[in-house]
Amino acid sequence: MYSEMIAAIFGGLALRSIISMNSYSGFNQAPMFGDYEAQRHWQEVTTNLDVKNWYTNGTHNDLQYWGLDYPPLTAYHSYLTGRVAKLLNYSYVELHTSRGIETKEHKSFMRLTVLAADILIYMPAIIAISVCMDLTFEKNLKHHLLVLLAIYPGQILIDNGHFQYNNISLGFLALAVAALLCNRNNIAALTFTLALNYKQMELYHALPFFAYLLSVCFSQNSLRLFVTKLLMIATTVLATFFILWYPWLSSIDATAQVLYRLFPLGRGVFEDKVANFWCSINVIYKLKKHIVNHEMALICIGTTLLAVLPTNVQLFCRRSKYTFILTLFNTAAAFFLFSFQVHEKSILLILLPSICLFAWWPNEMLWFLKMSVFSMTPLLKKDNLVVPTLALMIIFQLIFMCSYFETNQNIMIRKNWIGLIIKISEILMISILFASLIIEPPARYPDIWPLIISIISCAHIFMFLVWGYVQQFT
Amino acid sequence: MRGYFWQLVGISCAIKVLLLPAYYSTDFEVHRNWLAITHSLPLNRWYLDATSEWTLDYPPFFAYFEWLLSQVAKYVDPNMLIVQNLNYASVRTVHFQRISVIIMDLIYMLGVRCCMAALGIVPSTQKHIAGCMLLFLNVGLIFVDHIHFQYNGFLFGILLLSISALLRQRYLWSAFAFAVLLNFKHIFLYMAPAFGVYLLKFYCLAQGNFGQNTLRLLAVGLVPFVLSFGPFWHQLPQLMSRLFPFKRGLTHAYWAPNIWALYNAADKVAVVALKRTTESEATSTTSGLVQEVQHIVLPTITPSITFALTFLFMLPILIKLYMTRSREQARLLFMRAVVLCSCSSFMFGWHVHEKAILMCLIPLCLLALLDRRDARFAYILAVAGYYSLFPLLFEVDLLVPRYSLYMTYMAMMYGQLERVYKCKPNFHLLEWIYFLGFITIPIYEHIVSRLLGLHSLFPFMPLLLTSVYSGLGVLYFYVRYYIYAMDLKWPSFGKRRVTQIKSSATKRKRKTK
Repeated sequence: MYSEMIAAIFGGLALRSIISMNSYSGFNQAPMFGDYEAQRHWQEVTTNLDVKNWYTNGTHNDLQYWGLDYPPLTAYHSYLTGRVAKLLNYSYVELHTSRGIETKEHKSFMRLTVLAADILIYMPAIIAISVCMDLTFEKNLKHHLLVLLAIYPGQILIDNGHFQYNNISLGFLALAVAALLCNRNNIAALTFTLALNYKQMELYHALPFFAYLLSVCFSQNSLRLFVTKLLMIATTVLATFFILWYPWLSSIDATAQVLYRLFPLGRGVFEDKVANFWCSINVIYKLKKHIVNHEMALICIGTTLLAVLPTNVQLFCRRSKYTFILTLFNTAAAFFLFSFQVHEKSILLILLPSICLFAWWPNEMLWFLKMSVFSMTPLLKKDNLVVPTLALMIIFQLIFMCSYFETNQNIMIRKNWIGLIIKISEILMISILFASLIIEPPARYPDIWPLIISIISCAHIFMFLVWGYVQQFT
Repeated sequence: MRGYFWQLVGISCAIKVLLLPAYYSTDFEVHRNWLAITHSLPLNRWYLDATSEWTLDYPPFFAYFEWLLSQVAKYVDPNMLIVQNLNYASVRTVHFQRISVIIMDLIYMLGVRCCMAALGIVPSTQKHIAGCMLLFLNVGLIFVDHIHFQYNGFLFGILLLSISALLRQRYLWSAFAFAVLLNFKHIFLYMAPAFGVYLLKFYCLAQGNFGQNTLRLLAVGLVPFVLSFGPFWHQLPQLMSRLFPFKRGLTHAYWAPNIWALYNAADKVAVVALKRTTESEATSTTSGLVQEVQHIVLPTITPSITFALTFLFMLPILIKLYMTRSREQARLLFMRAVVLCSCSSFMFGWHVHEKAILMCLIPLCLLALLDRRDARFAYILAVAGYYSLFPLLFEVDLLVPRYSLYMTYMAMMYGQLERVYKCKPNFHLLEWIYFLGFITIPIYEHIVSRLLGLHSLFPFMPLLLTSVYSGLGVLYFYVRYYIYAMDLKWPSFGKRRVTQIKSSATKRKRKTK
């Protein structure tokens, strides 16, 4: 029924706009502030400087202060919003003097830019992916998927609360997956390239796309078809890259500078506590003390490749759309666990494949989604978003308990032992969460709660990775 | 199918908690001031104090309620209880007041539950789920109570409790609850005729012993009044002047979407059309301050005219209610009479606030579950009525929430009604055009007027458009629903008079005999 899809979309939008009323990252925390100021600073840099200087250090572009470190599409987006900001109020993006601006009007403006991205990109994209999932797999679950994508608290809290634009890269990714499911391979290649050019973290998803599309090419009947297919896709990707990177392609140095900004090896294997393998290992064996950064990066790349290759090779050899989604999930989880410089927000990248997998594994995936929000709670606590987080989680949980819309009754019935494990894990997470909110950490270990939360989440993700592998290879 | 009562209670509370940091209107300061007055001043000063411009103008039960709240508030932030602390709004104060509204809403939920049970709607049916969704997640209450800030939720809870008692034939309880409600907020007087006629017919006259029943009813009904006004008996005139301020104008600063909004607009159009020179231009009717309105072409309306019209238009449905024989029919008709009485007062009343439309919308949510045709009309009024609340939420940060919450609710209501009756609500093409016409107002307000620079030239144009356009919808609903409730046919009605309605109603009664 269309009315319920409309309700889901606007309900998601309502929750986003309500969350926007809360505080954001780095509010009132001079001198560095947070992600909100980073985004605003990028507007300042892009609107005032020449394109060539966006990624290079200079008198007007201090890279130490939130230098641009996202790919060109983000920069263009900042330029666009920056121009609008300039129109509204020149002081929002004035060079140097606008640093740390925190007026109420500016907050409204910034929040509206995120909502605009939600309306223009994320919402259409999630409609597309839920409809395409239904067309491809005939599970009759588009309402469920749409509601899940529309009200999943993690993305709302990070984008509209903490302040980021994951909705754009996730929206492009969702469009790419949707196009791929509907056999529109060129559109998939195009939208995925856009996603990759918005956030380099989309590399987490690159291998499955590559494997799937290559496998499509190889499965053509004749050599001529193979070549045309391959050329079509390759041209799409390369042309998109060329257009987006055009300003920096004039010299190798300029390109290298952008790449260096995108992959900052100097920043260490992890910064804050994050629910991945290295951060957990670090408890026993201090990585940063024993291993040089470059060696560490190599180790990370090695383990990540080791973890993702089998699943992608399997996808290449036995291509199916279901395997593609499973591979997407496994690869993203492996990247999150093993790669270099992982942020806690990167868990949002596993969100989309896991919501797609909801069609087959509803209980497991709901559990995963709740766990992913749990893994981000230390960050949300820092941003003063604990109450909205809890309220959103309650809404999320209850809407799925009373999936009042047309529901395939038996999918919600929990199998005995899995149900028990899920229950135990949920109780554990809730009690840890409340303990971390109530009990002050001892002075010797100020980071004890984030660490515990990370380790628990890491164990969960690891288990999900193993589970995903088992599902794929049996 | 499982019942989702508690889940919906949880969702509703969670949404309200999310709205804690939302913008609040001056009504927040009004209620904070009342907390301070009732806490710090002796009883006899409550209705005299004028430190703040927001003097206490609700009946005494509400004042007692504020006093009770203040007993908790002193542990939260004693500074909010100082009368001189005007516009005091610390984070704790805001959270305390907001949370008090959320907690008091539990009474509303209790009322919904009782009312649905009294109407024979079994839990865990689609009807029950739809009713809970429409009432718990009611976008009007979210706008007015949880963003704008007021305590309507629990007052509607008491109203629903009173209605449920009446439906269960516990007439004395019903009268008592309604009297209590009147002593919380006297605006519910608008509905009193429907209660009065029903109780007169089915309690005083129906159960033998007229004199004794009437006495009992009066005694029960008067107890809350004595309890409430008793302590203030020596300053009753002062209290009354606070409760019924007639110095205000015909319409509120923002015109509620009623007859007078259309009347004012017609006057403006006439001024332009006739090019009448207007010396008294100083008082523009939409200029934002509460003041008297001077009509230039059309005759000026006095309070007595509005009262006469209100009363006149309530009469037919009350007479019909009185004439009804069977108790079954009368239950449904009573609910409709409640809606029509409040809608009549809304349409013709003196200085009506846009929020008063909730008094039609909330009972209609219940009626929408009982009959398909009621559901259809409920939807029409909902589209216009909830939209007309938008000017309450004018802040930039509230624009997206107000549109998206409204759209969510309207889509959800459509889907639920479709589910309950297993078919589409079947709107006429013109009705669809009217619904879709609402899109043009935001387009004008946010895009066209900005691009053409009209927003500084006609700053009140969007408000005027909103109230006139939704006023048309409310008027259409009112006429259609009245005819429907009177059991008349829509097209043949055009030329009949009110008296003929009465006679035709009685004729029909005779036939059924």
